[in-house]
Formats: sequence, structure tokens, C-alpha cells
Amino acid sequence: MEPMTLRAVGLCAGIPTQKGEIRAVNDVSIDVPAGSIVGIVGESGCGKSMTARAIMGLMRSPARMTGGEIWLNGRDIARLPERQRRALRGSEMSMIFQEPMTSLNPVMKVGRQVAEAVRLHANVSRQEADRRAVEMFEAVGISDAASRARCYPHQLSGGLRQRVMIAMAMVCRPKLLIADEPTTALDVTVEAQILRLMRNLCDAGTSILLISHNLGVIAQLCDYVYVMYAGRIVEQAGVIKLFDHPAHPYTRGLLNAVSSLRRGGERLDTINGVVPNLLRLPEGCSFSLRCDACEARCAQEMPELREIAPGHKARCHLAEREAWS
Amino acid sequence: MKQSLLRRFIQAVIVLLGVALMIFIMLRVVPGNPVATMMGEHADIDTIQRMTAELGLDQPIHVQFARYVLDALRGDFGTSYSMGKPVSQLMAAAFGNTLALAVAAALFAWVVGIACGIVAAVRKNGLLDHLFMGFSLLGVSMPVFMVAMLLQYVFAYHLHWLPISGVDSWKGYILPAIALGWNSAGSVARLVRSTLLDVLQQDYIDTARAKGRGQPGILVLHALRNAMLPVMTMMAMQLSSLLSGAVITETVFSINGIGRLAVQAISGRDIPLLQGTALFTTLVVVLGNLLADSLYAVLDPRIRREA
Ligand SMILES: Nc1ncnc2c1ncn2[C@@H]1O[C@H](COP(=O)(O)OP(=O)(O)OP(=O)(O)O)[C@@H](O)[C@H]1O
Ligand SMILES: [Mg+2]
Repeated sequence: MEPMTLRAVGLCAGIPTQKGEIRAVNDVSIDVPAGSIVGIVGESGCGKSMTARAIMGLMRSPARMTGGEIWLNGRDIARLPERQRRALRGSEMSMIFQEPMTSLNPVMKVGRQVAEAVRLHANVSRQEADRRAVEMFEAVGISDAASRARCYPHQLSGGLRQRVMIAMAMVCRPKLLIADEPTTALDVTVEAQILRLMRNLCDAGTSILLISHNLGVIAQLCDYVYVMYAGRIVEQAGVIKLFDHPAHPYTRGLLNAVSSLRRGGERLDTINGVVPNLLRLPEGCSFSLRCDACEARCAQEMPELREIAPGHKARCHLAEREAWS
Repeated sequence: MKQSLLRRFIQAVIVLLGVALMIFIMLRVVPGNPVATMMGEHADIDTIQRMTAELGLDQPIHVQFARYVLDALRGDFGTSYSMGKPVSQLMAAAFGNTLALAVAAALFAWVVGIACGIVAAVRKNGLLDHLFMGFSLLGVSMPVFMVAMLLQYVFAYHLHWLPISGVDSWKGYILPAIALGWNSAGSVARLVRSTLLDVLQQDYIDTARAKGRGQPGILVLHALRNAMLPVMTMMAMQLSSLLSGAVITETVFSINGIGRLAVQAISGRDIPLLQGTALFTTLVVVLGNLLADSLYAVLDPRIRREA
């Protein structure tokens, strides 16, 4: 079996409220093999960011992780004490966020912010850390790196800031990079540049967990994709398999919406209904209320995530085992 | 940046002149003849008229004002009617005491206020948070004279730890500084707490955590630096209000400062002295605002560049 950079097993995370626990992440298992880009896709509020934060150990109170294992390079880190967990952040696993405009400290020079990551994990002088930061700026394609390093965040464009974020995440050469909607706030040309940069990082040996609600981004970049719905994985497959043979009605709905956009048809194909309230999920399949193919048992019994072909799983009673598998 | 500071400076001068003019006019339209008051009940009309002419009070008001401004620029604010000494000399003597009191009060207010604000934010909704916020609410809502008298009663009268009034030694400044600074300490603590809580929710705090910073480092290096921006502005304003003379505190603790001088000027209908103290207060407030603005510009790179 190929070595896994990240193996999350049965992750659960929630937010306690007066009306009960919001189960935002429910039994989510994700594998990121070494040297690959794995995507998580799903609509807003389905728990993508919460999953990423749980893996990083960056839950924002009152949200908390309630169960599961997180294996990073063969070691379960979920139950490590915070000190040891912290030592891994930035050195073995890094994360970049959706909003490059607000993710950098406004009163600190960007070079310093990258150098800070170096000095947290390597015992080097300030000059050496600054030098490595500039080097990293060059590596992520920031021209005029030395003078840009002396800029404050507000002096840089969104694309440059996201490059700074990537430089900061990569400066200690982590094995795993988690990118939570890294291009959502950027315009398309800048998005393409950032995606190319991420591909290069992957080719240089970094495994990437890419979170997006944009199927186009997923299709361009990922090797393997997880589809999330209402806190659960509902389908997972290699990227080509997923786009050619989507097995879950939700995935099909997502793909239809995109392709009807691309066809420029009269009507946009949408998925009916709205995301269910996480406090009051239906008894059976979470998607049953919005599903065109819903049957009696769908409303009563939560389907298992079943393997329907090698490397292709779906959480649907009606998903057929593929004949040719 | 230089340009905007220059602009602010010119604005400050204009404000100063405007306020001076207003004080000048107001003091001349209030009823009552100051010369008569100064000379006492038994002065005859002739003497009063001679005196009025000597002081230039019979001239048209714009002439009086122009002369006043020109004299003031040379550091001459006239002679106090009630004390017979140059106003500048009286104010210089009083300013030393006011300055010492203001510095002591500011030191108390800021050290205590910032420390309590940080602890309250870190221990949000904890025991210390409630305790400190309770104290700061007291400080913000209790009138100064009440705090002052309570402190005198407990620490001077009852416990004999500190002198009840007067500033013969540094110990004399402790109670007045607390009485005067408590209010500022309360406001600073509340502002530090709320901005810090707000800053700790910002995305860049997550970024700092994601690169492996621990909680203390995040607090000091990332959160405080940002949270202090509005706090600094508040502190500059407080300094100017502390410096412009604490009428009540100086009176309760018998400290011969600017505030007390102003009280004496009012009760003695001493126009030059009152003018001097009022002008001084204006100057300090205007300078305080100027300081607050330039502090913000120095500390916040976003403003530094735009300007
Ligand atoms: N502090 C909170 N209080 C209440 N609910 C929360 C809180 N934070 C997150 N949630 C809920 O948890 C669920 C998962 O949120 P999460 O941020 O992981 O979604 P997401 O998939 O990343 O969405 P997006 O695409 O909008 O970023 C959402 O339904 C959200 O409403
Ligand atoms: Mg999100």
C-alpha cells in the first residue's frame, strides 16, 4: 500500500448549543496519499472548514473535536498534548485560508511573518530566517522578493497575499498542506496562477488536501475527491471516475448544475430544497428530502458508505455496484 | 505623512486661536465689572475708571484681543488681579504639581487598566473578568470626589497609611493619583478587553496558530500590537485631560495645581488668570489630540502609508 501522509479516521466534530449538539462533522474518514492532491467538495456549511480545522487542531471554541483518529505520517496526533501538537503545526502540517485579505497580521511586515514561522521551528538567527523567507518568496513566484518582504499586507494585492500565505505555510517544508478554499477570494487569472503553484508544490513532494466548493478547481487539480454533504462524506472516488460516473444523486446534482452553466442553457439546473438543519437531520439519508430518487427506505435508514467499485464509495441505497468492476 | 501632520498642526493653531477668542469674548460679556470687584467695595468711581484705562479695558474688544494675543506670544498673559503676580509665573508654579499628579495618575491608570484588560480578555467570563469589570464599572461611574473622599477615609484617616492631603513627599501623590486615575483605568481596561477579544477573533490569529505559535506568543506578538491601536488613542486623550488640571482632585487633596488655580480665578473674578488657565487647558487638549493622531499614524502602517 502507498504511504499515507494523512489518514483521518472517523472524525467527529460539533458545536454544543442549548438545543443540542450541532454535528458539523460526522464520521469523516479521509486519506491523503503521499505526493497527491486530494479534494473535499461540498456546498457552503457542509463542514469542510470544520474538518480541516479538526485535522490541524485549530478548532475555534465552542466548536470541538469529539472523536476520531488523525494519523500524520504514521503517528496518531489526535490525542497528543497541545504542546506537541503545536510543534507539528507549521513544520509538518500547514494550512492556508480562504481570505488572503484578512489572514495576514496588518501591523507586521510580510517577510517577518514568514520568518516567524521559520524561527518557531528551526533554531536559526533572525537574519537567516529573513533570508529563508525571501528565498521562499522567490520560490512561490513573488517577483522582487526582497523588497516585497519589507511590505505590509495592505500594500500587496490579493494574489500576492495568498502567495505570501503559501510561502508561510511552505517555508518549513511540511509534508501536508491543507488549503481551505485558497482561491475563492481571487479573480480567475490569479486563481489559475495559484492553482499552478499548488500543482508545482505537489510535484515537489507536498501532499495537499484542497477544500473547495468549485468543481472546476477540483477537476483541474485533484487526484482523488471526497464529496461532503451535511457533515458526512457521501461519495469518494478518483477524480475521473467521479466526474464520469457519479454514483450519489447529490454529486450528480452538483455536476449537472455546473454543466448546465457551461452549456449556457436557458435554465440553470439546481438541486431542489435547502441544506438541512444540522440539529434536525432526517432519520434516514440526510439527502433524502432533496433527492429525486428517494424511496421509502431512504427516509428511514441511513445508508452506509459502500464500496461500489475499487476506490469508489457512495453513501446511497440506490447506488449500483458498477457492472464492470 | 509629514504633510498631513503639518495640516493637523495648522488646524490645531486655528482651534487654539478660536477658543482663545471665545474665552476672551465670554469673559467680557458676563455681567459685573472686574475692576470694581478687584478694588473692593470702597473704591471710588475715579479710581475705577483710571484702573480700567490702565488695564486697557476701555479699548474696543478687537484691540484688546489683538494685544492679548501678541502679548501671549511673548509669554505674557497679563497680571493676576487677585494675586498681583504675572499669570505665567503662577501657572508655571502650578503646572509642576499638575504634571506630577497627571503622570502618577496616568501611570496607575494604564498599568492597572491594561493588565486588568488583558487578564479579563484571556479569562473571559471567568471570576477575574467579572471582578475586574466590576471594579472598572465602579471607576467609570463613581464621581471623583466620592472616590477621593472614600480613599482619604480608608487609607489616611482610618489606616494612617498615607497622608490625607498635601504633596510634601511622593507618598502624598498616591491617593490623588488613584482617585484621579481610577476612571481612566476603568475605561482603558474595558477598551483593552473588548478590542483584544475582537482581535483574537481575527483571521490572522488563526494564521499565527497555524504556523505553530502558542497562546502567549499570539497574545503578545499578534493580538496586543493590533489591540493597542485604539487604546493608544484613548490614552493620549486621557493624558491631555489629566494634564489640563484636575479641579476636584486638586481641591480635595489640597494640591496647588492648574485646576485649583482656575477655581481661585473664578471665585476672584480674576480675568487674566482665568484666561490663562482656560487657554492652557485648550492647548493641552489640542496637543493631546495631535499626539493621538500622530501616534496612530506611527503605529498603524496602513495609515502611515496613505498619509
Ligand atoms: N460558531 C458556530 N456556531 C454555530 N454553528 C457553527 C459555528 N461554526 C460553524 N458552524 C456550523 O457548522 C457547519 C460547518 O461549518 P464549516 O465552516 O465547516 O462549513 P464549510 O463547509 O467550510 O462552509 P463554507 O463553504 O461556507 O466555508 C455549518 O453548518 C455552520 O453553520
Ligand atoms: Mg469554509
